[in-house]
Amino acid sequence: MSKEYETVIGLEVHVELATKTKIFCGCSTAFGGAPNSHTCPVCTGMPGSLPVLNKQVVEYAMAVGLATNCDITKDCKFDRKNYFYPDNPQNYQISQLYLPICRNGKVEIETEDGNKKFIGIHEIHMEEDAGKLVHDEWEDCSIVDFNRSGVPLIEIVSEPDMRSAEEVIAYLDKLRLIIQYLGASDCKLQEGSMRADVNLSVREAGSTTFGTRTEMKNLNSFKAIARAIENEKNRQIDLIEAGEKVIQETRRWDDTKEYSYAMRSKEDAQDYRYFPDPDLVPVHISDEWIERVKAAQPELRTEKLARYQSEFELPAYDAEILTGTKKLADIFEATTEICGKPKKVSNWLMGETMRLLKEKNMEPEDIRFSPVHLADLIGLVDEGTINSSVAKEVFEIIFDEDIDPKQYVEEKGLKTVNDAGALRETIEKIVNDNPKSVEDFHNGKEKAMGFLVGQTMKAMKGKANPAMVNEILRELLSR
Amino acid sequence: MSLTSESAVALGKKIQAKEITAVEAAQAALDAIRAKEDKVHAFVTVAEEEAVLKRAGEVQKQIEQGILTNVLAGVPVAIKDNMCTKGMLTTCSSKILENFIPTYTAEAVLNLEKAGAVIIGKTNMDEFAMGSTTETSYYGATKNPWNENHVPGGSSGGSCAAVAAEECFYALGSDTGGSIRQPSSFCGVTGIKPTYGTVSRYGLIAYGSSLDQIGPVAKDVTDCAAILEAISSYDKKDSTSINRKDLDFTSALVDDVKGMKIGIPKDYFKEGLDEEVKEAVLHAAKVLEEKGAIVEEFDLGLVDYAIPAYYVIACAEASSNLARFDGVKYGYRTADYEGLHNMYKKTRSEGFGAEVKRRIMLGSFVLSSGYYDAYYLKALRTKAMIKQEFDKAFAKYDVILGPAAPSTAPLLGSSLDDPMKMYLGDIYTISVNLAGLPGISLPCGIDKKGLPIGLQLIGDCFNEKKIIQMAYAFEQTRPYQHSPLSACTEA
Amino acid sequence: MANVISDETIEYVGILAKLELSGEERERAKKDMGEMLDYIDKLNELDTSAVEPMSHIFPVGNVFREDVVTNGDESEDTLANAPVRKDNGFVVPKTIG
Repeated sequence: MSKEYETVIGLEVHVELATKTKIFCGCSTAFGGAPNSHTCPVCTGMPGSLPVLNKQVVEYAMAVGLATNCDITKDCKFDRKNYFYPDNPQNYQISQLYLPICRNGKVEIETEDGNKKFIGIHEIHMEEDAGKLVHDEWEDCSIVDFNRSGVPLIEIVSEPDMRSAEEVIAYLDKLRLIIQYLGASDCKLQEGSMRADVNLSVREAGSTTFGTRTEMKNLNSFKAIARAIENEKNRQIDLIEAGEKVIQETRRWDDTKEYSYAMRSKEDAQDYRYFPDPDLVPVHISDEWIERVKAAQPELRTEKLARYQSEFELPAYDAEILTGTKKLADIFEATTEICGKPKKVSNWLMGETMRLLKEKNMEPEDIRFSPVHLADLIGLVDEGTINSSVAKEVFEIIFDEDIDPKQYVEEKGLKTVNDAGALRETIEKIVNDNPKSVEDFHNGKEKAMGFLVGQTMKAMKGKANPAMVNEILRELLSR
Repeated sequence: MSLTSESAVALGKKIQAKEITAVEAAQAALDAIRAKEDKVHAFVTVAEEEAVLKRAGEVQKQIEQGILTNVLAGVPVAIKDNMCTKGMLTTCSSKILENFIPTYTAEAVLNLEKAGAVIIGKTNMDEFAMGSTTETSYYGATKNPWNENHVPGGSSGGSCAAVAAEECFYALGSDTGGSIRQPSSFCGVTGIKPTYGTVSRYGLIAYGSSLDQIGPVAKDVTDCAAILEAISSYDKKDSTSINRKDLDFTSALVDDVKGMKIGIPKDYFKEGLDEEVKEAVLHAAKVLEEKGAIVEEFDLGLVDYAIPAYYVIACAEASSNLARFDGVKYGYRTADYEGLHNMYKKTRSEGFGAEVKRRIMLGSFVLSSGYYDAYYLKALRTKAMIKQEFDKAFAKYDVILGPAAPSTAPLLGSSLDDPMKMYLGDIYTISVNLAGLPGISLPCGIDKKGLPIGLQLIGDCFNEKKIIQMAYAFEQTRPYQHSPLSACTEA
Repeated sequence: MANVISDETIEYVGILAKLELSGEERERAKKDMGEMLDYIDKLNELDTSAVEPMSHIFPVGNVFREDVVTNGDESEDTLANAPVRKDNGFVVPKTIG
């Protein structure tokens, strides 16, 4: 590479909103379900059906707009985006082009060098999701399922303010956190409830004009996004270096082949013939409405971070991790609410929970256990019913299957043996069987003590109360 | 006089009075259809006799139990074939919906069913309501019951012809640019296009969504008022539905126009208007004046701009509304195709007729990149100006009076070769849709060829009662004239 | 005729509208569309600069549904008119391979 290049990146992020029903009809948005079981005339484009806007969609869109410092459009409208595709039942998508609900926002990210940087948000608009196409393996055909058709989306269009994959990831992370905290979406890239299209161009360093950009689709993990950016940047630089032109086009990323290809076809004119949807009336947003949405906004991350340190006296680091995802913060608060032991809850989440997530390659959003079960487990340890090593074993099962620890400990007979008589008998036998260790102990080798405790626990199948073991052992040895 | 020559309200009263049963009324309509349908071809689908009689029997029982008290209970009705009817073929007179059986019923039709209506069939129309003659139907043209060599008008030609031929007692039509008023005029019946938003569009297969309204077609003003009262409702499924409190249209059936101000737009009487039509319409104005109305001529303005604005808006909306007919979810799919886009193109090219394709192409073009501002936005601005002209007029007048169409019904086969000429025939009706106004068309004369002439009364938004009152007062001076075909008793 | 519609325009509009016209139909469409556009150009006589485009006649806004599930499993109704159906879905020619 003879010249220095700068990568210019803007994102179009689609987020599925967490409403119970679709944007224009009363069908459930629940994920899964038999094909076409969450459909009606409206979301399958039946002749004569008409859309009616779900108010919650507007409120979620406003909430995200306010949290990302956008101006709210007082009179916003819906437009039809016209294109033919089988997952698009009306062959137009109801979206917003001319008057989107939010404009001119920004979010702050931290760059690799630790500096702060603002990423501008051009607009946020509301629209409907498309259905799903399943490609038949046996026959040369595809099958359309409209369950997702009409699920509400917001599309967050950034300014071309990002310069690297790291900034893109930081921006996405920030957006995800904000939206999750608002409860507006669970933002799962893998399940498609958060999707990002990358607009990328390159230019010579120092240039103030933009190069020709491409749009990349089908990016469903942060890693895929990073790989696609790197790949596309190099592809464009290679073209420029070879004296060729970058063509403005949409490309599809194939993450397994680490390669993108142009989605152009003669039949895709990319001329969407937007016009105001005559079936929907404008949305007027008053100052009072904006105030109501603001007032109803849940505590966002910065506030939580401060509160965890002051109210629960958690170290800054712990508070940082716990508020790092809405899910962890929710579990932390719910469990603390039940057991009143924030530090212990934090330890379980920071320790075992994080370890298991990493081991099982899961995200905090995938956590399925109930706060009440973690609270019960903490209680069992505190009252000495089980010891900490048993607790760790039980927790793994809670993590996997969300079992009730009290019942489980009872059924599996995992309770610590607190019967001093039985314990004393076992320990006496171990002391008698291990004269060498006893001698070592008396010669000042503290390690021998550990060995004898271990032997005792082994004999008791781990169920002995460690404090009692220590006490009795020391008593017997001192004789 | 046969039973089918009764008006809907007159028949309904006899049913309520137990002088006749709903079953007898249904049987009379079915017999009339059997006798006349070959000549008029007003229906795409006639409901199965057994089902109709069963429904009429159930309605009769509920009338006797005092559950159904609406004057329309038990009165047989025909529905234009662009309104969805659960379990009954709904084609929009298009090949592309040749096998479409809706799983839901249009809200306006549901309202009628709640009132006790007995549906006897689905009426023919111009394909997707695009046309003014009912000749663009895939299922063959409907004939005018006054002279079978002439068209019934359109697009609700089947509904108007069925009423005029007395195959049913009343019908529902839809009006996007005159599709109720113009065929009502050609067939010598009465039809109302209500204020936009008065009747729910849910279940009406859209042509131009911002212009479409469902309305009644019947023998007289009294029927139309009663039907409009029954079908109007605030529907939460239609975002453009208006929550009106003044839906008691029958209260306006008063024979009194004293002091009411009528404006006659000079522009409606220029060149292009048939002399006989002009005479009959001006005579009607005179009659109303004699009854105490104040009649004045005025300049409406922008009359010539309504048609071009209409075709841009209606075709643009249609190009999008009709995109859903693609052979994937319902309706016709071409037999042989290679790949997705070929399937789309073949299905749509084979499934749509020439006029529909013409309008979809025009609509796609005016919305396409680079033309949106010049055509679509320009048309929406023109619409705003036309609305302003009407606002000015209604500041002065209660009702605007004019013809419904420039001529009486043309001969079959004389219109489609020159679409521009056909489009110009909508000059008096189209601006009413652009401005969302209510309009009524009622018979006011017969020309030398023996074809009916229609009078149009236009009211300000939400002022149906004024046009109903004036139409009713005029009607008292001119009893209903039955079409020649209505008397036919055998096929 | 002021508006001359080219073969390319008809071809392009055909792609947008998913319509394929035969030779004769195509010539007719070119003529009809040209004539219509000539007629529509009449709107240029009007000075509309002082008015806003009017999509809706009435100043009605904020028509909403509450976020409550009202529909159950309607898949049988949804699929009742499917031209080709398989596994509770609509069959279409293969899209992306």
